[in-house]
Amino acid sequence: MIRFHKLFTPVIFLPILWLSGCGPSHDIQQQHLSDSIAPDGVIYCSEGNPSYLNPQLDTSSTTSDVSSHQIYSRLLDFDEQTGRIQPALASSWLVSSDGLTYTFQLRRNVEFHQTEYFQPTRSFNADDVLFSFDRWINPSHPYHEVNGGSYPYFDSLNLAEKIQSIKRINGYRIEISLFERDSSFLANLATDFAVILSAEYADMLAVDNRQSQIDFYPIGTGPFKFDAYQKNQFIRFLPHLGYWRGVPQSAQLIYDITPSSAIRFAKLVTGECDTIAYPSQAEIDVMRATPNIVVEEEPGLNVGFWAFNTSKPPFDQPIVRRALAMAIDKNSILDAIYFNSASRARSLIPPSSWAYNSSIKEVSYNPIKAKELLNQANIPAGFKMTLWAMPVVRAYNPNAKRMAQLIKNYLAAVDVDVTVVTYDWHAFRDKLSQGEHDSVLIGWSADNGDPDNFYRPLLSCEAIPSGTNRAMWCNTEFNALINAAIRIPDVDLRASLYAKANNIIAHDIPLVPIAHANRYQVKAHSIKGLSINPYGSIRFENVVKAPKVQQIDNQDGRP
Amino acid sequence: MINTLFRFLNLTFITLCILVVLSFALAYFFPGDTWLNLFGAEFIQDQPTLMLVAEQTNVLMAFWYYIQALLEGEWGVSFATGNALYPEIMRLLPATLELSLYAITIALVLGIPLGFIAGMQYHKKIDNIFMSSSMVMYSFPVFWLALLLILIVSLQAQWLPMSGRLSLLFDIPHRTGFILLDIWLSDVPYKQAALYDALQHLILPTLSVSFIAFAVFLRTTRRSVADVLQTEYIKCAQTRGLPSSTIFFRHVLRNALLPVLPLLALQISTLMTNVMIVETIFSWPGIGDWLIQAIYERDFPAIRAGMLLVAMVVVVMTLSLECLSQMIDPTRDRFAYARH
Repeated sequence: MIRFHKLFTPVIFLPILWLSGCGPSHDIQQQHLSDSIAPDGVIYCSEGNPSYLNPQLDTSSTTSDVSSHQIYSRLLDFDEQTGRIQPALASSWLVSSDGLTYTFQLRRNVEFHQTEYFQPTRSFNADDVLFSFDRWINPSHPYHEVNGGSYPYFDSLNLAEKIQSIKRINGYRIEISLFERDSSFLANLATDFAVILSAEYADMLAVDNRQSQIDFYPIGTGPFKFDAYQKNQFIRFLPHLGYWRGVPQSAQLIYDITPSSAIRFAKLVTGECDTIAYPSQAEIDVMRATPNIVVEEEPGLNVGFWAFNTSKPPFDQPIVRRALAMAIDKNSILDAIYFNSASRARSLIPPSSWAYNSSIKEVSYNPIKAKELLNQANIPAGFKMTLWAMPVVRAYNPNAKRMAQLIKNYLAAVDVDVTVVTYDWHAFRDKLSQGEHDSVLIGWSADNGDPDNFYRPLLSCEAIPSGTNRAMWCNTEFNALINAAIRIPDVDLRASLYAKANNIIAHDIPLVPIAHANRYQVKAHSIKGLSINPYGSIRFENVVKAPKVQQIDNQDGRP
Repeated sequence: MINTLFRFLNLTFITLCILVVLSFALAYFFPGDTWLNLFGAEFIQDQPTLMLVAEQTNVLMAFWYYIQALLEGEWGVSFATGNALYPEIMRLLPATLELSLYAITIALVLGIPLGFIAGMQYHKKIDNIFMSSSMVMYSFPVFWLALLLILIVSLQAQWLPMSGRLSLLFDIPHRTGFILLDIWLSDVPYKQAALYDALQHLILPTLSVSFIAFAVFLRTTRRSVADVLQTEYIKCAQTRGLPSSTIFFRHVLRNALLPVLPLLALQISTLMTNVMIVETIFSWPGIGDWLIQAIYERDFPAIRAGMLLVAMVVVVMTLSLECLSQMIDPTRDRFAYARH
């Protein structure tokens, strides 16, 4: 037999040698060092594609996370720590004594983005504010109908109808007059949605008849300027060198669009992302245990609650509602549903709000007392009721169906027979608005730091027809209080009115507040300057990536 | 040979025609409005030929304009993005081709020499080791292998990245669509780093795709070498006392390689399927990932155009390899036999 061994060694190993030879490590070490240094930047793994690059047009947080605080600035901003309103593009403002006229002094020398598609010739002035507001206020504005003509945030608050006029006093001063007092008006101007666009850019697009580009190739005064967007793949931003608060530290900002939360986490582990959107609550503990990953949590501005349909007997009797509220153990529900990622809700508004009062009385778990109260109200044993559980996952209630099962068990102990009901999300909300439910598990996330954003949509009489008052509860005393509170600019005075309103809720129990879910932020150790913004979407202007400490002999390490 | 070429061209033409008919018919089969399914939008300004299709009363005339529109690159627009499909597909296709090319190269370069070793050592220790390990490799589901590689190499050891073609920090202008070539042609300051990063991104997807193909090549080559070694002419050469290198290079190598080429043709469709799966898992921005996304989003124009293109690529590649192997190895030509 022929011995083929000698012959074969070169045949086999030549290709292998060739393959390993084309590996890059040799070349790189010989190369000039500057060639092998990777560009710097921060990568944020986001959850989806934004519909527009303008938050005026869309309330989805995917859109505002991309655009609000990166591309644009607002007249006012919320302070992330205190929630107080602070100056932004408006350097100062004045409210008239009747509370109807707001005068804003605008900041000078604020530059717009300089990009390939637009070179500004002037800096920010009153015309840009007028353009940005008129676009959604005035239906006959040439840009009103561009890209849909719907401005959901402002429409939901009826803000356009509340504003009487917007006037330009001079190049750097504007005056807004309202029809009636509204102490949440300034807060609305500080939300993610009240961004300032460039009027000069809009004029340029109008000349070329390319108006719709304004929301896809955006120009703003924010810390980052738009560079490129590829659907399902990435969005790239470059720093705006003329940013009025000082140039952002990061050399580029990239949104890596990754819809699956498990893959976002995996990419964070491998270092392909520096920070990720919406970590899954079930994975939070694993993330905490992973080295080089920092998990931060903060109470969120939201509330999950159990609302009774007070328009239906016997739920129209406060004594029945109180009995049912007593029959459930909130702490166990919190443990089983939120996995320690929420705090127990004692009232509608979370403890971080300035209107929160800690002295509020809360119904405590007492099934024996609950049984007595039910007897007093002549509710027979085996009384049947429905409990509607929302079909979607929300921060304020990550698993409504499971929560409904728990409540069903608690109520069985007081001889109440619960049927859990659910529909698809659209039908669910439709039927809720028509009041078909006995009780429902749902919740609310606030858009701004103002407490009015909780009370008015959830429990005011006007919110019954507009479909956000799930308790169908209309209390004239409560309504008068919250309407009075919004007309008063003084914070302490407002807080005292809200405290009274809270007492009415605590006494009447149209709904049982269950939890304020925490907000999470998960990021790599090397990322500094990123904080949780409870008043809206993520902000990258102060974010820096600490340079990776590399060993000298490891020049070809992965960037 | 001219006969073979002619038959090949004929076959390709007919198959492509059937594909185009099927893709046209898809617009009727999809739910909803036929023309909307075909165009992706009510009216597309810069695709005039495609717009003519809707104006025809006769289906045959409509089909005729459809072919013309296809040839002019007017493939309609996507429901989901509103972008024209032809440039979008052409932007994505190189990524898929690049991945397939590297994978098949690795499978060939490793599989064939190892197959020779196994064949020469027929039923000996090395052969048995190769055969059993290639059997294991052949039985690996590709999606599982890809996930396993990600789990071990990316997540546990953190050696290699798990998604994409290049770290997004590198901004490489799009020219050919082949990432390594694009980096080479670009004049960015961080060329070497980008090249290194791209190679790192390539390793895991390429390995996953080449795994099964490698096992197939190894096994076929081994079988073919073993068969050749059994033949009379090899025994004859041995008894004549020819040196083993002469026997190997003159008689074994050529004859054993002949069955591998048609096998390559057979592997093309399997390869494309695996590439599409691997693209999805590694978020590789190629046609497979894009097509699966389109299916999720019920983006009918994109599904139609994507399937047409993928099918065309597979058909053309398979048939040209088939034709090539017939020209190299005339014994495979049945009709040629019949004539003699």
